[in-house]
Amino acid sequence: MGGHRRGAMGKILAVVIVIIGLASAYPILKNQYPLPEDISTHGHLIDDQLNDTMIEAGISFVGAQLVLAFFLWSFSGRKPGSPLKDFPGGAKVLVIFAFVIVGVEVLALGAFGQKAWASVYFTPAKADSLQIQAQAEQFAFYFRYAGPDGKFGMIHPEKIDEGSQNYFGLDPENDVAARDDIVSGELVIPVNREIHLMLHGKDVGHSFYVRELRIQQDFVPGLDLSVHFTATKTGKYEIVCTQLCGLGHYNMKAYLNVMSQADFEAWLKQQSQ
Amino acid sequence: MQWRQIVFSATVLVAASAVAIAGPAGGTISGKVTYEGTPAKMKPIDMSKEPSCAKMYTTPPVAETVVTGSGNSLQDVVVYISAGAPDDAALATAAVFTQKGCRYIPHVLAFQVNQELKIVNEDQTSHNIHPLPKLNREWNKSQPAGTPAISEKYDKAEFIPVKCNVHPWMHGNFAVLKNKHFTVTGDGGAFLLANLPAGKYTVTAWQESYGEQSQEVTISGSETKTVNFVFKAKPY
Repeated sequence: MGGHRRGAMGKILAVVIVIIGLASAYPILKNQYPLPEDISTHGHLIDDQLNDTMIEAGISFVGAQLVLAFFLWSFSGRKPGSPLKDFPGGAKVLVIFAFVIVGVEVLALGAFGQKAWASVYFTPAKADSLQIQAQAEQFAFYFRYAGPDGKFGMIHPEKIDEGSQNYFGLDPENDVAARDDIVSGELVIPVNREIHLMLHGKDVGHSFYVRELRIQQDFVPGLDLSVHFTATKTGKYEIVCTQLCGLGHYNMKAYLNVMSQADFEAWLKQQSQ
Repeated sequence: MQWRQIVFSATVLVAASAVAIAGPAGGTISGKVTYEGTPAKMKPIDMSKEPSCAKMYTTPPVAETVVTGSGNSLQDVVVYISAGAPDDAALATAAVFTQKGCRYIPHVLAFQVNQELKIVNEDQTSHNIHPLPKLNREWNKSQPAGTPAISEKYDKAEFIPVKCNVHPWMHGNFAVLKNKHFTVTGDGGAFLLANLPAGKYTVTAWQESYGEQSQEVTISGSETKTVNFVFKAKPY
């Protein structure tokens, strides 16, 4: 009687597991949650890698649920006193097999993803890329352009004075290169030109993330890190901080404004005035 | 601007005559705060990260660390009696500091020791009021949109820079003063300290970027003395 009920429960659970497994896979197969538009030259590599990961993890996930459901269905409702069945060779072989399978899977993803990662992080920016410095602080981003002279002024932390908009600590009185530096709260860039973004953290850890650029890089105080990318489509996109940085983290954002080369030059000229 | 000056001069005259008629009310110190040289060009404030504030301006507002007017006048200068006058009990009215369009209004707020300071948020966004005193107790309070005014007090006299931790460009000043003889210059740079009993005073003018200047003035009876302050402006 008891065994009979246990058997029914096991079979119901097997069916529920199959339903949950397939229902979870359905929206992914239907591409219900597509990635945001990609506006970068390297983004397709990242997207391909994400797809490969999703396919591999998806097959493993659905497969594991089906195997679990199969065992539940087949071996539920064992009569009391009937002999236990063992998997040939015991659990040891199975565990080693699982380790090898998962290990190969993770290593394979890493090996194939190497190219996508390296294109962003291991190759230097081109020599003719446009250099822009990004500074993150609680709770805003500021961007600095070298100005007409093509030279960035030195940073003097003791000169930082937010009340007079000196967010970077420039010293225009003594540093001629700093006088024409352009500081903006919006990251304005020309389309189809490589941007070399140098990240400078002012206080705590922050992160630079633009979904459409497929770029996410932390700011680390004390480390000057850099990323490079080329935007392929004009428009306005959101830059958000994705590293919890304090009470105003929710409000730490800026905008990326991708313009035509002509518009960008006009903007630079206007900022220089 | 011209009109304001005329209105102000008229007010000064009326006040001076009122003082003269009232007689025993005391003397008056009036004057103007100006600069010589070239002041730094105030940079426009980029509020693009806070669209609810940015849309309140047709042209971006500029920084207010040095606010100049016609005739080389300096605005937002605190002029007060730094010595010679006894400490006064705090005024019963509250000094109001408003956050509007992601700026502080007024940029420089002068009030007395132990006088109520009322902080209001009129914006659609959260602010975080963080004054940075050296002598008084430091505090740092969040004020989401639509929440009631914050009431505070300072028990020691000092000049306190104020910032908002959410909006780095927001910057203002509190001038906490010991007596009731103080004023903040408006457009035109003129000031007037009335109802001063006879005595020897030190009049001090404080500008947030240029610092302080003082002059000695002796008041006898109901006379009006003129004191002018000239600050050296720096281009950077």
